Amino acid sequence: MNTASPIIEFSDVSFKYRAQTEPTLKNINLKIYPGQKVLIAGQSGSGKSTLAHCLNALIPCSFAGDMSGVLRVDGKEPSKLGVFGMSQIVGTVLQDTDGQFIALTVAEDIAFALENDNMPQKEMFEKVSDVAEKLELTDFLSNAPGALSGGQKQRVSLGGVMALDVKVLLFDEPLANLDPATGKRTIALIDELLKQEDLTVVIIEHRLEDVLYKDIDRIVLMENGQIVADKHPDEMLCTNLLPEHGIREPLYVAALKAAGVSLSPSSKPQHIETMDVENYKAQVREWFTNTSLSRQKSTADTLLSVSGLEYRYDESRQVIKDVSFDIKRGEMISLVGKNGAGKSTLASLICGFYEPDSGKISFCGEDLKKKSIKERGEKIGYVMQSPNQMISKPMIYDEVALGLVVRGVPESVIKQKVNETLKICGLYPFRNWPVSALSYGQKKRVSIASILVLNPELLILDEPTAGQDYQHYTEIMEFLCDIRKKLSITIMMITHDMHLMLEYTERTLVLTDGKLIMDGKPEEVLTNDEICERAYLKRTSLYDLARKCDIEEADEFVARFIESERMKKKNA
Amino acid sequence: MSRMISYEKKNTPIHRLSGFTKLVFFLLWCTVSALTFDTRILLAMIAIGVLLYIISGTKWKQVSSVFIAIMFFMIINLVWIFFFAPYEGCNIYGSRTEICHLFAGYTLTKEQLFYEFNVLIKYFTVIPSIFIFLVTTDPSELAASMNSIGVPYMIAYSIEIALRYIPDVQDEFHKIKNAQEARGIEMSSKGSLISRIKNTSAIIFPLLFSTMERIDVVSNAMELRGFGKKKQRSWYSKRILQTGDYLVLAFIICFFVFAMVITFYDGNRFYNPFI
Repeated sequence: MNTASPIIEFSDVSFKYRAQTEPTLKNINLKIYPGQKVLIAGQSGSGKSTLAHCLNALIPCSFAGDMSGVLRVDGKEPSKLGVFGMSQIVGTVLQDTDGQFIALTVAEDIAFALENDNMPQKEMFEKVSDVAEKLELTDFLSNAPGALSGGQKQRVSLGGVMALDVKVLLFDEPLANLDPATGKRTIALIDELLKQEDLTVVIIEHRLEDVLYKDIDRIVLMENGQIVADKHPDEMLCTNLLPEHGIREPLYVAALKAAGVSLSPSSKPQHIETMDVENYKAQVREWFTNTSLSRQKSTADTLLSVSGLEYRYDESRQVIKDVSFDIKRGEMISLVGKNGAGKSTLASLICGFYEPDSGKISFCGEDLKKKSIKERGEKIGYVMQSPNQMISKPMIYDEVALGLVVRGVPESVIKQKVNETLKICGLYPFRNWPVSALSYGQKKRVSIASILVLNPELLILDEPTAGQDYQHYTEIMEFLCDIRKKLSITIMMITHDMHLMLEYTERTLVLTDGKLIMDGKPEEVLTNDEICERAYLKRTSLYDLARKCDIEEADEFVARFIESERMKKKNA
Repeated sequence: MSRMISYEKKNTPIHRLSGFTKLVFFLLWCTVSALTFDTRILLAMIAIGVLLYIISGTKWKQVSSVFIAIMFFMIINLVWIFFFAPYEGCNIYGSRTEICHLFAGYTLTKEQLFYEFNVLIKYFTVIPSIFIFLVTTDPSELAASMNSIGVPYMIAYSIEIALRYIPDVQDEFHKIKNAQEARGIEMSSKGSLISRIKNTSAIIFPLLFSTMERIDVVSNAMELRGFGKKKQRSWYSKRILQTGDYLVLAFIICFFVFAMVITFYDGNRFYNPFI
């Protein structure tokens, strides 16, 4: 164990935001030693972001409130040093890589903190090329943010804080907007940096399984502003503390537990690749043979048919290449692929925002070519990623009614339809509320309700759960399942979330570089190495578990586990 | 959608100049244009402007729509001048050469026509210089240049950051517009003008809210990296002045002095051909 003095030390720290009555952090005691890599996990509102803000002094310098107790980072008190002073010690990488990219080019962004420090230009050139080399960004130095991939942007963010020779790297949900493979690479990069440089790493994240791709020293679990557990991952995973506090366990751990295995830390459950499953094998196999799968075959008619679709932005960039597929009525489908694979473009073509160069899209057998965006909108509803991108009326009722009002529907019909939709969406009690009084999840429902009121037969959702923790994710997805049942609507979702794809969809379309490379069951996709690699997906850890337990039909194992989980959830 | 009057990387003599040089040139140039009514100087400036426009390799496509918009307002302006001050030219030049009577108290005079011609060419001296400045100056360098002529870096940087986010906001605008159109909110030319104006709120508010979210993130990110803490700030992309820059600076200063002398030596900033 480390005998050095802690680099981060919270002693009895509490914090209450000025606008709130309850403290958000309550008597936090936490020591982090130099060279450690610590994961802070917890649901939204558990206080994990507040804890992070204490480290970089945004609390109490930018967010006002009452703070008590003593926090020392590298022997200094952040509240005395201020945000600027702390930026020399703690480098913060924010969740939103786009927002974090301040300057116009990669080089300038890396130099941003140095410029603010008034460093002479010559030194700055050296420092920037130094950092760029470490992060393999040298070839991109003059690129604009728009010309970078998600992973590259993340590396630029890192470069921006590393230019200052910080001692602590603080990551605030670094994986939220990344496709699974890029997320994995980010975790690997953090790991590498930690090994090469003299750093301490604190990661705030609820996507536990992705973070555990590389070794973590400790998981600090938070709930209600308190630390409820602080353990080595091997130990933490053997308890039920994570699911009890709203954090999703790695799927293989959940599967082992479902099979009735009682895990022991000595089997090293932190990574499935190196885990010792010898003692659990028999139980897992037994569970597999005893669990059945009820499969319903879809016999419904074709709702949407896409054939030979081609689209290019300009001469050089073809974004959709010969894409064909059918969607049957009542299906719930996921559309996946890496950032920039053409997923949003495909959705835009279906909705008529762009016109295809060739190919045909038909709806219920009718060619959509001549239909305007508005006409298509009555059959195909499109919900944007953030509800803030859609909501334009201050009152909930007016927002939901908007689509009908502009269509000149008589007032009495509007009232009846809107109320009906609000009831289905569980928003009826709030109908006279202002939108601003709602939570994110409720706003999301309002934005979906405002589309559902038009009675579309197909609903396309862009990243419905992006950036949401497990609880909100479940809330949004269960809501979608519910409206699907009540309205027998067909749903297509664009997503990065492998869990969503496995748990909630029956079919997955995999898009890579504008081509449809697979159209199959999610469990087939996520157990197919070649497809996962090409589409920047992450093979599910359930596959590894199945293989380790000598179960040949890995996809079948995945499907059975997912269904049994779904049944459990339903019964709960 | 192509982006109007935005910087385009090229390798022309004008692109190679430092942003500082271009900014000083632009400011002195516009000052001359604003102060002088000397037709000879204005015509010389138009000639130089056109020459620079050609050297800068600016394409008509990059600037056409803005140019047309400016033309539109210019014509309105000229018409209004005539209506409100039909004999301004006569006052200025101290003579009255009538061409014909139009209506009521309005008579067309040579002096008025000449005066409005001067107003027109004043525009034409400034417009190309704005275009050239914007399309040849790397926005990264713009803030550094402004800072070095004395604009506080806080202000200079906010202009740079606005430029950085214009493309993002444009993309966001299109996304929101599409999604709202799908809900039936007509934005295309099909709808009537009034309903279109009413419906823009359906785009503006979401755009405003999502932009505010962005501002919040950016300002935190900037603070976390020490923006605004020191009185001075260095610039990564500042260019050191080269021989070409000194030549151009010398030229524009001489030109400025020369133009001012010509304009004011007889105590009147108008060139008078009617004497």
